[in-house]
Amino acid sequence: MIPEIGHFALILALVVALIQGSLPMLGAARGKRGWMRVAEPAALLQLLLVLIAFLALMQAYIVSDFTVWNVVENSHSAKPLLYKISGVWGNHEGSMLLWVLILTLYGAAVALFGGNLPERLRARVLGVQAWISTGFIAFCLFTSNPFARVTPPPLDGNDLNPLLQDPGLAFHPPLLYLGYVGLSMAFSFAVAALIEGRVDAAWGRWVRPWTLLAWCFLTGGIALGSWWAYYELGWGGWWFWDPVENVSLMPWLLGTALLHSAVVVEKREALKAWTILLAILAFGFSLLGTFIVRSGLLSSVHAFASDPTRGVFILILLGLAVGGALLLFAVRAPKLQAQGLFAPISREAGLLLNNLLLGTAAATVFVGTLYPLLLEAMGGGKVSVGPPYFNLTFVPLFLPLVLAMGAGPLLNWKRADLAGVLGRLKLALIAAIAVGLGAWILSDGGPVMACLAFGLAAWLLLATLIELAERISLFRAPLTESLRRAGRLPRAHYGMSLAHAGLAIAIFGITASSAWKQEEVRLMRPGETLTLAGYAYRFEGVERLQGPNYRSDMASFTVTRDGDYVATLTPEKRLYPVQNAPTTEAAIHTTGLADLYAVIGDPQDPQDRAGAWTVRLYHEPLVPWMWAGALIMILGGLVSLSDRRLRVGMPARRRKSLPAGAAEA
Amino acid sequence: MKPKRQRLTLILLGMLALAGATALVLTAFEDNLVFFYSPSDIQAEPPPEGRNLRVGGLVLEGSVEKLADGAVRFTLSDTANELPVVFAGILPDLFREGQGIVAEGRFGPEGVFHAEEVLAKHDENYMPPEVAEALKKSGEWQRGQEPEQGQ
Repeated sequence: MIPEIGHFALILALVVALIQGSLPMLGAARGKRGWMRVAEPAALLQLLLVLIAFLALMQAYIVSDFTVWNVVENSHSAKPLLYKISGVWGNHEGSMLLWVLILTLYGAAVALFGGNLPERLRARVLGVQAWISTGFIAFCLFTSNPFARVTPPPLDGNDLNPLLQDPGLAFHPPLLYLGYVGLSMAFSFAVAALIEGRVDAAWGRWVRPWTLLAWCFLTGGIALGSWWAYYELGWGGWWFWDPVENVSLMPWLLGTALLHSAVVVEKREALKAWTILLAILAFGFSLLGTFIVRSGLLSSVHAFASDPTRGVFILILLGLAVGGALLLFAVRAPKLQAQGLFAPISREAGLLLNNLLLGTAAATVFVGTLYPLLLEAMGGGKVSVGPPYFNLTFVPLFLPLVLAMGAGPLLNWKRADLAGVLGRLKLALIAAIAVGLGAWILSDGGPVMACLAFGLAAWLLLATLIELAERISLFRAPLTESLRRAGRLPRAHYGMSLAHAGLAIAIFGITASSAWKQEEVRLMRPGETLTLAGYAYRFEGVERLQGPNYRSDMASFTVTRDGDYVATLTPEKRLYPVQNAPTTEAAIHTTGLADLYAVIGDPQDPQDRAGAWTVRLYHEPLVPWMWAGALIMILGGLVSLSDRRLRVGMPARRRKSLPAGAAEA
Repeated sequence: MKPKRQRLTLILLGMLALAGATALVLTAFEDNLVFFYSPSDIQAEPPPEGRNLRVGGLVLEGSVEKLADGAVRFTLSDTANELPVVFAGILPDLFREGQGIVAEGRFGPEGVFHAEEVLAKHDENYMPPEVAEALKKSGEWQRGQEPEQGQ
């Protein structure tokens, strides 16, 4: 009964979405307020209906209702509760329902907090949002219905893939979706503005908090997925340039570009058309990501079984959304008049450079990810594009970006003095060269690229701190004056400083773990000791344990450094009997400067469990910095989001009284 | 700067970025496209020695053996032809005999494929598309082996 209620609620949601997509749009075109006002209650009702559908599915999972096909396929009565719940989105149908739920959540957020938006724009934004949800609810209902029943019901389910039974992965999809789908807000705002034919500073200010929110979630989702791959797959790596990783990186790159160009629209009313285009493309890449993951077109570590009809359906949605938006853009963009002119050396130009580099980086990732598909479609054989390609294209684009990021925030709007700025950053420049050279000497002439990246990260970190110190006249004015200035500095500014510093810290981690990772694979007998990067790992042996829904071979290593005890590492090899699937549980001890990482393989002779085992040890320098950097970036985004100028619910009148460009950010 | 000139500068900058990216992409493609071969492809047309490539097929039943140095040796088959592979590392969890896998690496001088990476998929019902394709070509593909729905 409950699954039917869920199914019915989803059908009703489709009807509501159709109304929300048509009436307010017509009302906005004809100036009928009554019609426009339908949008808000419709958005809230849509959320309520989709939520009912989602909860109905979740209920089926929690009570293990094996009359529902989706539950049979992806759950098992012996599974821990957390994974019964996360199992709801650990499969195709459920994850698409989550996608729709988040989409309607954003729509309802506009209805609730968008009180300061002009009535017409709000109606149109909600209308566009409803078009998207119409497409995706229809997709759920017609190609991937999660409520399909099965008769006769089996006694038990097939269980969730054990690799996905992990807290990191339980929360990875919702976060990533909050990011992906959050970009739909920027898209809706862009399309609404195009229909309206007007983009001004206020538009930039309205679209930025939504983009920022989506960006925070996307950053968190990517970092969490990366972290999961790092500790769960047991390969000692955290990024494989796998197609599914790439498709989450592309919207992130464009979303980051969009955040920065929206600032230019807000402050200077320039780069309008470009910003609109970015908003369309960023969401386009989100849809592309959904398409690639859902259609199973590309072979990847994320093995989703494929169904061609689903792929075609999403491809059509993608074509309609992006194609339609671009067509509208082509018609309307020439009307968008740029106002703020700027010199080649200025804050605007710096942000433009940021956009060019981020956009180009996204384009190279795009080419590398989709080239195999293209070549195969043209009969050119099967190829795959591996990490070397991405390292050769992405890194050379990212390094100048970091260089520019250091100086950018110190440049003035309109016209800036680059020599003067570099003079103020002397200290950072010297430190960067020192760090780069230091890394080169310490690593015995290690990879030049890595030393360069180290220098650049140091440059970015220091330049960010210097900029912040200058802004509050630290050490120049009396401390009380500095504190007063610090209190008056907009939170968006702190947000930017945090995000930039976070990236610098993450670059240290990324570079060190890519360039100076050490690994050792060998057969070890109990009692043997292996030394890696100054740490001695003594293999104590393997014991058999029984978990709630698996059994495990747990090895034990005692790690010492110069005879002092450091840690005990206990990597496991688990077997989940329901799916007969083994998983590797890496053991990681972090020292703050490095991760000590141990993985256990198979015994050399399956009969002799006290004999030699295949063992893989990694020394991963600075990996914890990468996670810390990502967290600081997200924190920066959240701090910026709390800035009162960006606060979504702020009354419109007060906002207007602020002269445009008065506050610095 | 006049609006027109500014727009021109922007377009030129954009073109420059595009040209730079194209140059990067082309140079990177030159050496880093990894082609996929099935055992039959290799029989028909041996790839140049030392080039990075991918091979795929089913792990032949009973062919997996541990070597003294911890490496693993197994035979890949597309049922028409076979190919010996050596891999010195920890095999993925889902690697097992009879399963479709993809290995990336190079050919050694003695005609043995030295894998640097072995990819087996999360799902035991899942078959890497390349392997499925190779099996189809060798005529041993049955529809019944198609992956089921879900992950």
